[in-house]
Formats: sequence, structure tokens, C-alpha cells
Amino acid sequence: MMAMAEPGKQPEGIVLTEEQKRKQRRRSVALALCIGGLVVLFYLITVVKLGPGILVRKL
Amino acid sequence: MTDAGLTRPSAALLSEAGPEDFFALLKPRVMSLVIFTALVGLVLAPGHIHPVLGAISIFAIAVGAGAAGALNMWYDADIDRVMGRTANRPVPAGRVSESEALSFGLILSVLSVGVLGLASNWFAAGLLAFTIFFYAVVYTMWLKRWTAQNIVIGGAAGAFPPMVGWAAVTASATIESFLLFLIIFIWTPPHFWALALVKSEDYARAGVPMLPVVAGEANTRLQILLYTALLAPTGLAPYAVGLAGPAYALVATLGGAGMLWLAVGVYRRREGKEATKACWRLFGFSILYLFALFAALLVERLFAMARFG
Repeated sequence: MMAMAEPGKQPEGIVLTEEQKRKQRRRSVALALCIGGLVVLFYLITVVKLGPGILVRKL
Repeated sequence: MTDAGLTRPSAALLSEAGPEDFFALLKPRVMSLVIFTALVGLVLAPGHIHPVLGAISIFAIAVGAGAAGALNMWYDADIDRVMGRTANRPVPAGRVSESEALSFGLILSVLSVGVLGLASNWFAAGLLAFTIFFYAVVYTMWLKRWTAQNIVIGGAAGAFPPMVGWAAVTASATIESFLLFLIIFIWTPPHFWALALVKSEDYARAGVPMLPVVAGEANTRLQILLYTALLAPTGLAPYAVGLAGPAYALVATLGGAGMLWLAVGVYRRREGKEATKACWRLFGFSILYLFALFAALLVERLFAMARFG
């Protein structure tokens, strides 16, 4: 858990270095893109495999 | 790592890996060969697959191969650390932790197999799962540190992708797809042993029983020659069964002759810089040879499709 420090006070707990923060942000962006890509893949597979049948279902 | 990170032990344990380090875990250069050979298998297979599903299938096969690479780097971190060629890989260099590499490899394995199953069929997905298992467990965990025949048997893992690409269309494994497998399977030993001859000290230091370390250089040179003598006619097999045409036969004949010529060079030149040069020449040409064979198969088929539909 990362602690938020009040202004003027020494922060407690784990404090990330600037490099760690930068890498963490980049990893988060990459992960978000991968998950988004996976959603697009499943969408494409569904649409191509089912085609117009995608709407044929019990309501 | 910065000084601030070092003064706080718990912060020092946090990852500083960037996305590029995780990408490196996938062994992108190996992946590019997998993409290419799997694509050839998929295009050559009789039948039809929707282009979008075909592209997704190739992508899934590539990710599966990358996942196997990540698992390999997780397990082999200890020996990668002592070999010059591999010391800067993300795990031995300390940029990615072993547990991160393991979970990354496992998650991608499951996802790639699942996506391939959904996009094509579950036979192809099963074959991809077996390929990952073969590379990560049979080759990496069992064979690599145990026998000098490690890359002969383990080479099967690298040979499966065209069969998986074929299976994505046909949901089967036929003799034609097996021939594509066989070409890469027999190509692997002379390709890797040419490299192992040059890097044998590295392998010896890491305790990996590569053929030059265990059986000696003379024996390795002979084995390279024998496997290449077997490879040249195997390269012509797709033409013999009607899978390829005369253009491919020409490429396979010239390429096979080139491989044999260079393998004889490796066998005859045993001392000094000339011997090292001969090994590098065979190693480099073997990559070109395999690429040329599969490119010829692909171009011939695409040409036939454009002409006859």
C-alpha cells in the first residue's frame, strides 16, 4: 500500500522512485491496450462466426 | 535502480520492467519465424477460412509461441545468466522477476489456446497447447539439461507451427502438413549445432550438454553433415507429393545444394578462424534456406490462387 504524505511531512510506507512510477504507468497503459485488443478480438470472432445469426436468439 | 529505491527495501522490490521487457520475453525473432511458417501452413491447407479468422489464428499461434518463450526464459534464467549470448535477457538481467515471467507465460498460453480454439477449431488449439507444452516442459525442463540430443527432439516444438496453421483450416493433421513439420525438424540440428560449435564454451560454462560439449567437435561436424544430407532430399518432398510446383523444386534443389556445400565446409575446416567462419556461414545460410523454401511455397500458392481463383 502506498501512503500519501501530507505537505512538509516525510512519507510513510513504500515510496516509488520516479523511474518506478514511470514504468508502472507504461505497464498500465500496455495492459489496458492488451485488454482492449482482446475485447476487439472476441468481438470480431463473434461477428464473423455468427454473422447475421448474431440476432437470432430467444428474447 | 536509483539510490532512493535502494534505501527503501520494499520499494526496491517493485518492478521496474517496461512493456518492452515483457515483449522481449516473447522471443520476437523466433516469433517472426513462427508467424511466417504458420501462415504458409494456413495458406497451403485445402479448404477455406475467413480472412479475419485466419489472421486471428496466426496471431494466436504467434502469441502461443511467445508464451512458450516466456516460460523457457523463466525456467532457464539460471543458465541464461552465465551465457554471454543470453545474459541480458529480462529475467537474468533482473528487469523482470521470475514469478512475473512465469505468470506472463502461463496467462498468455491459456489465452492463445482459447482464442485459437474460438477463431478456428479445438483440434488446432489442442495442437498449439501441445506445442507450448513440448517447448516449455519436454524441451526446456526435461531434455535441454539432460541429453546432447536436446535440440534434435526439442526441434519438434519449432516445427509444429505450420501444422497448427494447417489444422486451423482443416481441423486435421495430414501427410502434407507433416512434411512441412519434417523440413523444420530436420533443419533444426545442423542450424543449431553450427551455432553451438562457435559458442561451445558458453554452453560448457552453463552446463548445457550440447553436442560439441559432450561428443566433441569432430563428431558434431559429422552429425551436421549427415543431417544436412538428409535435409536436402526432405526439402524436395513437398514437390514429390504434389504440394509444390517446379519453382519450389528449383529453390529446394539449389538451397539444398548450398546447405550441403557449406556443411562439407564445416566438416573439412576444423581449425582457426576459417573453421569459425564456416560455422557462421552455414548458420546464416540455413536461416535463408528455410525462409526461401517456405517463401517459395507461399508465392507459388498465392500465384495459383490469383490465376485460378
